[in-house]
Amino acid sequence: MDYEVVIGLEVHLHLNTRTKAFCGCSTEFGKEPNSGACPVCLGFPGSLPVLNKTALDYAIKVALALNCKVQEYTKFDRKNYFYPDLPKDYQVSQYDLPLSRDGFLDIYLPDARVKRVGIHRVHMEEDAGKLIHKDTVSLVDFNRAGVPLLEIVSEPQMNSAQEAYEYLTVLKSIIQYLDVSDCDMEKGSLRCDANISLRKKGALELGTKTELKNMNSFKAIKEALVFEIERQGGLLDSGKQIIQETRLWDPKELKTISMRTKEEAKDYRYFPEPDLPPFIIKPDKINEIKKAIPELPREKMLRFIKDYGIPEYDAKILVSSKKDADFAEKCLKEFPDTNKKPVANWLIGPLAGAAGNRACAISELRISPADLIGLIDLVEKKQAISNLTGKSVLEDMLDTGEPAQKIITEKNLAQISDSGSLNLIVEETIKENPASVNDYRCGKVNALMFLVGQAMKKSRGKANPKAVQEILKRRLADA
Amino acid sequence: MELYNLTAHELLGKIKNKEVSPEEIFLALKKRIKEVDCKVRAYVRADKSEERIRESKNPKTGLLEGIPVSIKDNICTDNCNTECCSRILEGFKPPYDATVIKKLKEAGAVILGFKTNMDEFAFGSSTENSFFGSTRNPWDLERVPGGSSGGSAAAVAANEAILALGSDTGGSIRQPASFCGVVGLKPTYGRVSRYGLIAFASSLDQIGPITKDVRDNALLMNCISGYDPMDSTSVDTNVPDYTQALVNDIKGIKIGIPEEYFVAGLDPEVRSVLEESIHKLKALGADFKEISLPHTEYAVPVYYIIATAEASSNLARFDGVQYGLRVDKTRNLIDMYKNTRAEGFGEEAKRRIILGTFALSHGYYDAYYLRALKVRTLIKQDFDAAFKELDCILTPTSPTPAFKIGEKTADPLKMYLSDIYTISVNLAGIPAISVPCGFTKKGLPVGLQILARPFAEEMLFRVAHTYEQNTCWHKMEPKI
Repeated sequence: MDYEVVIGLEVHLHLNTRTKAFCGCSTEFGKEPNSGACPVCLGFPGSLPVLNKTALDYAIKVALALNCKVQEYTKFDRKNYFYPDLPKDYQVSQYDLPLSRDGFLDIYLPDARVKRVGIHRVHMEEDAGKLIHKDTVSLVDFNRAGVPLLEIVSEPQMNSAQEAYEYLTVLKSIIQYLDVSDCDMEKGSLRCDANISLRKKGALELGTKTELKNMNSFKAIKEALVFEIERQGGLLDSGKQIIQETRLWDPKELKTISMRTKEEAKDYRYFPEPDLPPFIIKPDKINEIKKAIPELPREKMLRFIKDYGIPEYDAKILVSSKKDADFAEKCLKEFPDTNKKPVANWLIGPLAGAAGNRACAISELRISPADLIGLIDLVEKKQAISNLTGKSVLEDMLDTGEPAQKIITEKNLAQISDSGSLNLIVEETIKENPASVNDYRCGKVNALMFLVGQAMKKSRGKANPKAVQEILKRRLADA
Repeated sequence: MELYNLTAHELLGKIKNKEVSPEEIFLALKKRIKEVDCKVRAYVRADKSEERIRESKNPKTGLLEGIPVSIKDNICTDNCNTECCSRILEGFKPPYDATVIKKLKEAGAVILGFKTNMDEFAFGSSTENSFFGSTRNPWDLERVPGGSSGGSAAAVAANEAILALGSDTGGSIRQPASFCGVVGLKPTYGRVSRYGLIAFASSLDQIGPITKDVRDNALLMNCISGYDPMDSTSVDTNVPDYTQALVNDIKGIKIGIPEEYFVAGLDPEVRSVLEESIHKLKALGADFKEISLPHTEYAVPVYYIIATAEASSNLARFDGVQYGLRVDKTRNLIDMYKNTRAEGFGEEAKRRIILGTFALSHGYYDAYYLRALKVRTLIKQDFDAAFKELDCILTPTSPTPAFKIGEKTADPLKMYLSDIYTISVNLAGIPAISVPCGFTKKGLPVGLQILARPFAEEMLFRVAHTYEQNTCWHKMEPKI
């Protein structure tokens, strides 16, 4: 049967504030267990929370970037449940009056369509500690307890695993542009749960959903959703019911397994947190934060296309990270030619490759935009070196930090373009390869490229290949 | 007259004139405690705790230089047992000082290392719910001192404390102050930092002073009041010098008498003592007016929903994981929670946790908790309206004098009604003071309660001080 897939995502995001949500402890990751905790985040009797204003500012920033309406009057609530990693046995969260609601995020589908996914709400809460199980004991590390979290809840408006993947990619890119979280799923600074249900094509009512947890990468989320679509579809096809439940993704077995059903769902007994009075966010504050939001990836991409005349494909890649986009823009802007396409090619090609090999960002490579432009100029415009030589010069530049011209001079890599030297090389090549010369003259066009190759070899790669080809053509036509 | 009989302001005068040293005061108090506390049992763990907590080396204000202060067992003192008189917090030594303790140290006060007795987690009106057993009323050792700050009030009344701190969620300072014939103030919500007060009901709790007279009360308030960046519910307004409000003059002060507080259930003897006090205040120039606070009858039910709901959540952290008691017989998480809490909490704590959990449960929240919040607003509005034309309101502190130990333990509802006149004040967040105003025929103290608008503690001190200056009740001392 033909089903429509309905997916909603809940993303939890660590805000990268210096201190925790309700106390002055450091949020640094990877410290000695329980070295970053105080009476407040340990929930010691008598301790009280005080809201970290920077966390609130960051939360508002994200809400605005996701086009949400920031509520003027908002408050915290307690979510009550017992668990050893939760020091107070309640989590300070937001329930009926979240910080913001009703936003949206535009995602780009493969067929070049733009789809708008609604954001149901964005709210603040605190993270719990971490349990470590060892043989017969369980230990708890409270360093993470109290780290500020944002929960971003989408509307159930994605219709495929690919759309969910796109949503997360775009969301992550926006958050990184705002510089409020490092979005590192391995460190747990970005976590995502997925709600998924199937319904008959055209049906108005939503089907019974399952909630998927424990996916540790965007890829795992996609895989879990694909698996779950198959599983639910299979059940429905055979006339069975979907059970509303939470299911865990098993990354080894590549399947979801049941964790708890709705009947076992907890009653969190939410009520207003009496230790934190409700607060008012004034329009001035919202405007101030709005002004501080940088140009976001989508806008930047459109501007790159417009300002630098590069294709959408290139622009989309160039804006995926803010730092690299800033680096790229400097190069595009300063490149002394109206045709900027070569710059995009170099960034997406050799630069991205080099960054990949060194496991860093393009902007972190040991090369300045000015030096990169210098290199591209030498290759593409001045044709002082061939493209191939250019790539090896780039590697030297990245290793030494020297500008291109210096490396070319020192290693004597400059391209031979003067006709005297080139004529000499061509004459020798013709003499040494009579068979190929004959082939070409008999109409085998490919023989020309062979001869160019031989000439290049003779010049140790330094001859200007275009010029060599021209001279060869002329000489062979002469006789 | 011994040193322990004196008030803090009298002792401060003597220290200033070099007639006595802080050491002599402390030793006199220690001797007194040794003599009478075996009968009164106002303190807990006296044998196991340090006698006094190291004073601040550089007192900033010196307002209470050398004066001992007794602390209720739910106010955290750095590295010194603070157990809320509950088994579940057995051995708990907080790693920090409550803000009020910090302030007292800065003022040069000497903090007693052993704490005053209380109902477990402040759940009660008699101290009978203490894990350590009941404190006795110094005026009649067969009777309760009131609660939950019964230990602090009894200690002050028995001259085994100079100054004491209590906490008040529904009357826990004022009711024992009235039962023991001492002065107790519940400050405006937000006036005194709650940081370091082990929470019962966060939206109702306030720390406040229990003292021998009104001047000492104002003095202690000067030291502990003020905005605290560590407590988001504390209010950032100026703290006046409360001793400046101690003028002997209430001419033209408008006092309301709410009809809902003088009804059946009010002990006839308490009523007649109150009436005499009203005459006295009239004679001193106050203008009285009968008023109505129409939502008074809902105060007790509203309180027992909100307070228990908050308590159920506040007490969740006592789970055996980090501190206090852990009963782990089966090495299974859920069993550890169950066994720890079953053995660690007393009966009343369990009752309130269950009540509060129920009130917040899915399907009941709107009918109980949400509705209680709405009625709480109505109760507050009653006071807002009354204070538009009044300076203060006068009521009995408690409907009865101190009752016998064991008299109400079998009937929790009867016990809850002991706070019927004090609860509205916490729900409204306003300040109120209880001052001694006479005795019953059996020689049991009676207290009158004065209420004022938020942050009008000065008005309370003025009226209470004037009354005190023109009566002698605060000078009476129990024979132990």
